[in-house]
Amino acid sequence: MNGREFSSGLKAGTSIAVGYFPIALTFGLLAKTTGLSLIEAVAMSIFVYAGAAQYISLSLITAGVAPAVIVLNTFIVNIRHFLMTAALNEKMQPDDRWKKALYAFGITDESFSVLATQKGNKLSTAFAVGVIVIAYGSWVIFTAIGHLIGANLPQFLQASMSIALYAMFVGLLVPSMRGNRKVVSLALIAGAVNSLFYFTEWLSTGWAIMVSTLASAIFIEWISRKGVAH
Amino acid sequence: MGSWYWWMILGMAVVTYIPRAIPLAFLEGKELPQTLQNVLRNIPYAVLGALIFPAIFFIQENIWYGVIGAIAAFGIAFTGANVMIVVLGSIAVLAVLSLII
Repeated sequence: MNGREFSSGLKAGTSIAVGYFPIALTFGLLAKTTGLSLIEAVAMSIFVYAGAAQYISLSLITAGVAPAVIVLNTFIVNIRHFLMTAALNEKMQPDDRWKKALYAFGITDESFSVLATQKGNKLSTAFAVGVIVIAYGSWVIFTAIGHLIGANLPQFLQASMSIALYAMFVGLLVPSMRGNRKVVSLALIAGAVNSLFYFTEWLSTGWAIMVSTLASAIFIEWISRKGVAH
Repeated sequence: MGSWYWWMILGMAVVTYIPRAIPLAFLEGKELPQTLQNVLRNIPYAVLGALIFPAIFFIQENIWYGVIGAIAAFGIAFTGANVMIVVLGSIAVLAVLSLII
């Protein structure tokens, strides 16, 4: 493992750790009010490690929904990662299959975004592990702290920190947008289609993100091929 | 919670892990058709668009948090600041806002 690559991965993942802090803290708190013990709450963050699905599971537990349905719902919410890891595979340096299968566990919307938008050619395994370790560490540790202190951040801080992950996505997107109409179109079309799904409630969030991403990525590829052909 | 909880965690862990692991483990060393590669290369920017819109506007019940947060994030990002500055700067703008509101 290359130590330099690993620590630049840690550095690149710091904004995820900051963004996870309020969300994990609130998850720990909500888990407690749902009746989960500290061990049970932290175990979910350790083994499942998927923010949206974890939040939804809490409300489904409260509603008394059957565990099998909660598992199925988790699958539906997280199937979008299939698309992300397929895309990420093009960006990663070749490595042993078991190593890739191991760090695949740490791919979330956020770690994917940070990894996939890195400049330069192929990314090393060590860099990916660095990004994942700091993000995962933040998620697990702040879940525990949220449960332990059993109180939320002061309201003004809670409200203002809820922008963190979205600000991170913006901060990752904008540098690639500058002077690149293709990137701008990709993001705007996906965002517009996703907004359509959101307001019409035609698809649940997990599917909506996946379908709008695919639609935009395929459409832009189709357009640019036509451009080349003519 | 009873033992069902632990079975549920196991199930959630498995169904979350599978979509993450299959492409990375099984596409290793495979050369995909060029068109598919191009589509996959488009995915990161499309994903970011879908992750940002429209959710960024609904971070709080009061829509102004989302609107002003979005303006702050894009504004700071367009100055060329790095990601961490965009994150901390947007938080700071909203912290000031919430002290005013």
